[in-house]
Amino acid sequence: MRITQGTFSFLPDLTDAEIRAQIEYALDQGWAIGVEYTDDPHPRNFYWEMWGNPMFDLRDAAGAMGEVLACRKAHGNAYIRVNAFDSSRGFETTRLSFIVNRPAEEPGFLLKRHEVAGRQIQYTIESYAAARAPEGRRYE
Amino acid sequence: MGSQAERYKSGVMPYAQMGYWDEHYSPKDTDLIAVFRITPQDGVDPIEAAAAVAGESSTATWTVVWTDRLTACELYRAKAYRVDPVPGAAGQYFSYIAYDLDLFEEGSIANLTASIIGNVFGFKPLKALRLEDMRIPVAYLKTFQGPATGIVVERERLDKFGRPLLGATTKPKLGLSSKNYGRVVYEALRGGLDFVKDDENINSQPFMHWRDRFLYCMEAVNKAAASTGEIKGHYLNVTAATMEDMYERADFAKQLGSCIVMIDLVIGYTAIQSMAKWARRNDMILHLHRAGHGSYTRQKTHGVSFRVIAKWMRMAGVDHIHAGTVVGKLEGDPNVIKGIYSICRDNFTKKNLEHGVFFDQDWAGLRKLMPVASGGIHAGQMHQLISYLGEDVVLQFGGGTIGHPDGIQAGATANRVALEAMIKARNEGRDIWNEGPQILAAAARWCSPLRAALDTWKDVTFNYQSTDTADFVPTATPA
Repeated sequence: MRITQGTFSFLPDLTDAEIRAQIEYALDQGWAIGVEYTDDPHPRNFYWEMWGNPMFDLRDAAGAMGEVLACRKAHGNAYIRVNAFDSSRGFETTRLSFIVNRPAEEPGFLLKRHEVAGRQIQYTIESYAAARAPEGRRYE
Repeated sequence: MGSQAERYKSGVMPYAQMGYWDEHYSPKDTDLIAVFRITPQDGVDPIEAAAAVAGESSTATWTVVWTDRLTACELYRAKAYRVDPVPGAAGQYFSYIAYDLDLFEEGSIANLTASIIGNVFGFKPLKALRLEDMRIPVAYLKTFQGPATGIVVERERLDKFGRPLLGATTKPKLGLSSKNYGRVVYEALRGGLDFVKDDENINSQPFMHWRDRFLYCMEAVNKAAASTGEIKGHYLNVTAATMEDMYERADFAKQLGSCIVMIDLVIGYTAIQSMAKWARRNDMILHLHRAGHGSYTRQKTHGVSFRVIAKWMRMAGVDHIHAGTVVGKLEGDPNVIKGIYSICRDNFTKKNLEHGVFFDQDWAGLRKLMPVASGGIHAGQMHQLISYLGEDVVLQFGGGTIGHPDGIQAGATANRVALEAMIKARNEGRDIWNEGPQILAAAARWCSPLRAALDTWKDVTFNYQSTDTADFVPTATPA
């Protein structure tokens, strides 16, 4: 399967030039770029590991792109995303978030059904990768 | 005006003379201001008509009453202070009326509207009346909860950023069994939509009772979330006959783990505010379908404009509101829609007469309301939709998903690919308004569902004259 989190997951994987163009757009808006990675892509895992703090003072797409490449070198078989943070009033949140690296194989998720009274089912989504190995060894 | 004794002599006196017209009045920051479009009966002076509206929407009755003199009546009298002819519409006038803050109960849309639109619309000296816009003072806004969730928190909960959200309404809107209904929900979510939606009139009918629908829809939502790794939702419509029924349905939706419930505008302002408080208490997104609004918002001479309804709904505390598509099958002049969207989404809405917005409006930190564009839109219009409506919007393609020749999943995928391709191109600096069709065609070369969608609906447009348009057009200023 292909996890479709992020702004551009239905498109073919972005090339480095395309990633850089999106970073340039975000910087033009005055947003700060942050790079994050994880090997636990559960849809409610909101806190991926930060590849350093968001780069508030970096206004140069090449620099941000360098961090993407460095993160990819260190965590080539993890999910990596680029986030853009907007500090302006009324937003103060992420404005753009897209995946820039994926594991070679994405096993996806098991939907667990716990049947309770009255035909109700309590659902749990479990990542196959997270279930089979501890953090750091899930996509080896 | 003469002495107080003369003013309060028993009998009938023109409203303007009773103190409901004051051309020198300068509204206070804490006043509510309403602008009405009045169409007086033949021979009725527009100023007197404006004063009558001010009177009947505040303290007046048809005759002088001495009991006014027991009160600080000058404060409580609404004051018409300005009457302008409507450009290009003979016999119609915009009348501006200021209301003191003390006329209104805190945090109550019911009380606000009981005054402002309570009595006046049936008033005989007027042929027609329309509430065009209101300026709500910050002091009054601060007594309202505002959207239970708001755009920012909704996006953070859903973990979806940088693009409009995608939805669809299940079709046919009536008649499906619960199990078949859930099938449509699953296919659309699995194919790439973020949300699917009950329609306004899906409540609990003989062919599908609500509990059954909720159970099957939540299976569809969870199954689609597991198969895509994304958070998904279905707007479970909890509209019902009584508050007790609605709370019961909403509580069941919560128990089943739904992230969103839905209500219809027809349940009324008080019920909407109750559900907004319930939604805030229960971490639930609250979708509002504006069922019924067209009966009083569409005609320019009568009723309440939708921009006012949008303001009231942001105050009342819903998170989503259907606000027009411009290009789809339902009423929507581009300028009027821009005005409504800015009312939903701005921190501070600027006066813009070309968009039908009569006042600056500071939103006082009230959360932002997500507009929903729904009704007769399809993937081939993606560049127009994004250009008109921006990013913080839910685009709902019902027929445009479910009617896809290769099935519902393909329909959903076509919409999602069209959306992402267009956002990507926009961010890359391309002129999507003009290059949109080429951008879609390029994506359709590798995405066959999009190709089929474009082939099916390429010629579908709804080019009709809008009814509800702005009255002010830009005029060239001398250089």
